[in-house]
Amino acid sequence: MKAPAYNRRSFLIGAGLCSASLIRPPFSLVSAANAATGLAPTASMRGGSNNYRPNAPLVENLGKGFWVSGTVRNAGNGEPLSDVRIQIWAATERGGEREPSNHGSVLTAPDGTFRLEMSQILPNFGQPHAHLAYDDGAFKTVFLRPVMGSRSDTSVEAHFVLAST
Amino acid sequence: MHQPDAVRQRILPNNKRSLIRSLVVGLIWATIAGLALWPILIAATSPYLVGRSAIYIAAGLAGALSLALLFIQPLLAAGFLPGLMGPRGRRWHRVAGFLIAAAVAVHVGGLYITSPPDALDALLLISPTPFSIYGVAAMWILILTVALVAFRKYLHIAPLTWRIIHNVLAASVVVTSVAHAFLIEGTMGTVSKTILCGCAVLTTAAVTLYLRVFKPLRMHRISTPKSRSAP
Repeated sequence: MKAPAYNRRSFLIGAGLCSASLIRPPFSLVSAANAATGLAPTASMRGGSNNYRPNAPLVENLGKGFWVSGTVRNAGNGEPLSDVRIQIWAATERGGEREPSNHGSVLTAPDGTFRLEMSQILPNFGQPHAHLAYDDGAFKTVFLRPVMGSRSDTSVEAHFVLAST
Repeated sequence: MHQPDAVRQRILPNNKRSLIRSLVVGLIWATIAGLALWPILIAATSPYLVGRSAIYIAAGLAGALSLALLFIQPLLAAGFLPGLMGPRGRRWHRVAGFLIAAAVAVHVGGLYITSPPDALDALLLISPTPFSIYGVAAMWILILTVALVAFRKYLHIAPLTWRIIHNVLAASVVVTSVAHAFLIEGTMGTVSKTILCGCAVLTTAAVTLYLRVFKPLRMHRISTPKSRSAP
């Protein structure tokens, strides 16, 4: 279980302030041109790894009617990453998060995007949400837990910026 | 004070009076049962329960049931419910207290069996869901309340002090439980859940005020009429 003490908001604010201090005088360690290409790596979200089952099989879909999509980029140069495996699971009309048929993986396209059709995600433990993982070693492991804006949404997005190990 | 009764007696024959009384009693009970059971019925028939395990469904319904009991519990304590006044009301207040504790145990236990990591995150206060902190707070305050009741004999606390501690704990359970339930996007309907939450807060506030402020003041006035009327 990975549960960082900081959250995404504090991380983004902190990372933003740090990079601003690096660009501006008196430090000016990073030139503006370089700072524009570097991206802050995505941090794991609280509870993101709950009910994770490593190595979910590559699937065509996990049902119909609901889309999980997103992008995967490299934190070093901001380039999209292709053929990266993203593991996805959620509580759906097929059952809870531990139901094996609610776990599957997809590979990213050359433009770094991925999408997987699955059964409608239902509220679980009081929030309708999905789980996504990058856990393949080439980059640092990231667990995401995007929450849907509404119970009736039929899609959810999550975006990865991966840092080298 | 008894004049309206006397007037009614003169106008209506006996059987009509008892008919009206049983109609009023029935109406009160129907309203209370409706307010308490409506959100539970909606939760039980929710489309979000498709494909879920019986344990998860039971855990959710136990949570809804304990919220409904929190609404009725103060009414029993004050003896406001027809047919359950005075000592009978207080006896059912104890039964309902036991049922609330049992329902919360089923709620937490059922969620733990369904997904240990999610339940542990909540209990350790590191869950990503904002409402679980209120739920865990409500659980611990409820445990304190149960301990205060169970060990009343051994605690040697003055009756009034005990009642005030009990009221503060009970009101805290209601406030934290309502915050918990209100923020959850689950199987209960938004409208029925909001109304039940409002009713629980209202009955708790009204009964606490009645039992600890208005009733003592009235008793005080009744017990000291001579000092007032004396010239």
